[in-house]
Amino acid sequence: MTLLIGSLTMGLILSLLALGVLISFRILSFRDLTVDGSLALGGAVAAMLLVEGVSPWIATLVAALCGGLAGAMTGVLATKLRINGLLAGILVMTALYSVNLRVMGKSNIPLMSERTVLTAAQQLAKSDDRLHLGWWQIPSQDLWVLGLITVVIAAVGGLLGAFFRTHFGLAMRATGDNPDMIRALGVDVGWMVTFGLSLSNGLVAFAGALLVQYQGFADVQMGIGMVVWGFASVIIGESLVGSRAVGLLITGAVMGSVLFRLLVAIALRWGLNPNDLKLVTAVFVLIALVMPDVIAALKSRRPAPR
Amino acid sequence: MLELAHLHKTFYAGTPNEVRALRGVSLTIDKGSFVVVIGTNGSGKSTLLNAVAGSFIVDEGRIRIRDRDVTQWPEHRRAAMIGRVFQNPFTGTAPNLTIAENLALAARRGQRRGLGWALGRTEDLRERVRQMGLGMEDRLGNIIGNLSGGQRQSLTLLMAGLRQPDLLLLDEHTAALDPKSADQVIRLTEEMIRRDRLTTLMVTHSMQQAAHLGDRLIMMVRGRIMYDFRGPAKQRLTPEALLARFEEVRCLEQLDEQAAEELRRQYV
Repeated sequence: MTLLIGSLTMGLILSLLALGVLISFRILSFRDLTVDGSLALGGAVAAMLLVEGVSPWIATLVAALCGGLAGAMTGVLATKLRINGLLAGILVMTALYSVNLRVMGKSNIPLMSERTVLTAAQQLAKSDDRLHLGWWQIPSQDLWVLGLITVVIAAVGGLLGAFFRTHFGLAMRATGDNPDMIRALGVDVGWMVTFGLSLSNGLVAFAGALLVQYQGFADVQMGIGMVVWGFASVIIGESLVGSRAVGLLITGAVMGSVLFRLLVAIALRWGLNPNDLKLVTAVFVLIALVMPDVIAALKSRRPAPR
Repeated sequence: MLELAHLHKTFYAGTPNEVRALRGVSLTIDKGSFVVVIGTNGSGKSTLLNAVAGSFIVDEGRIRIRDRDVTQWPEHRRAAMIGRVFQNPFTGTAPNLTIAENLALAARRGQRRGLGWALGRTEDLRERVRQMGLGMEDRLGNIIGNLSGGQRQSLTLLMAGLRQPDLLLLDEHTAALDPKSADQVIRLTEEMIRRDRLTTLMVTHSMQQAAHLGDRLIMMVRGRIMYDFRGPAKQRLTPEALLARFEEVRCLEQLDEQAAEELRRQYV
């Protein structure tokens, strides 16, 4: 049961990452690799500020803003300086590794006694309170944390869904769908992509900041491979909801993130070597990307002999 | 309304692939005038439209729309004054958005896009779609990607004219359609231009359209304007007469080539 609660909480925190990846990959059709760097940036900034004694919510907000700045950098490189999008993301991601080390001052910051966003929720219950559910006993503190994260994700998801129904948000969706068309309708595509990447990486850094507070430490390596993780969540989410409507895509990304985290937790429990996790994730995404083509090829081949 | 002065544009300058697409095009179009542009392949007619729309910045010359010098304006800024339909029916609409969403985007062409609901009031839009008479008014929630090329092109046309543009640019917008859809799109084009008195620049390769549409006809050859028919001269034009002109131009071009070949043999 602790496994379930833990995976749910972790999956929800990482769904912010999935939402960020949803915006860049799916809505803007921009293959943004900044994510690996901006997740760690969010974690690094939040950890550093928390150690300095800054209020947890402000630390989290500043972390998200820093991620937004990183995304905007990638956007400017890709649109104003006309560097290939993949390369622009790699450049910023690589630069961020050094930036993150500078921010943290060392490669790992433990958060032992610092107040975090989550401790505020934990303190709503005593540390030995238990909720009895059948023959399971769940620490009430964990439930409060899960509750807080759920509220945060619901709010972010709701706001995002509303945003994409406004004039501005709709123009952003059109930018990814058909840049020629939206340019002819008077939208500055370069600026729109830059803004979208900023929003995307802001969400990713938000995830990083919450992740650090949940797991109790920040590590400069924590971002490695996270873009693939986010992509996996988005793909699972799409197959769950099976729709291109933006509200469902958002719900799907959150559900995909939680489900993927659960699958990983179960696999680890069954004895998957944690060192193999990234390899397994990459293979999973590869299969998910290739599968639709393979299925289509098989379908079209069958009637051919006649 | 539209003033083009000595426009020059060379693509891939200084390379073996150098193309001098525009070689000094000057043209003044009055408000409310419907100008048809024809020409051989590579004569620069599409390039001319793209230059006006701002797809690229011209090498030399001036472009003025409604007495404003827009020569250095980027495309998205000029879009406030220009409505546009492309040759490819897939270029003008966003395939993964619904019909209503595409129309809502077009309803704010060139305006600030804030945080108001994009689909707040769709009744006007529904009425505009109904007026087209294609029966799409009850399918506003459908994804555009599932529509046929003709339907998409009709919608693109509606979108281009939704906020009356100062200038409507049509770039061979029926060339990729089947004959029936092409007729329909042309009918809608005529209706819209006449009703809203739109100043229009239309490129076409159909001699029928060129002869029957518009009140002025321009024929481009090798990046220059070769003929300019207006008024009664335009009204008298027939498809056959236009074809004859084309033949003339073709002969001239062959003559040029022969002359060049002759010169090469003598002097090289």
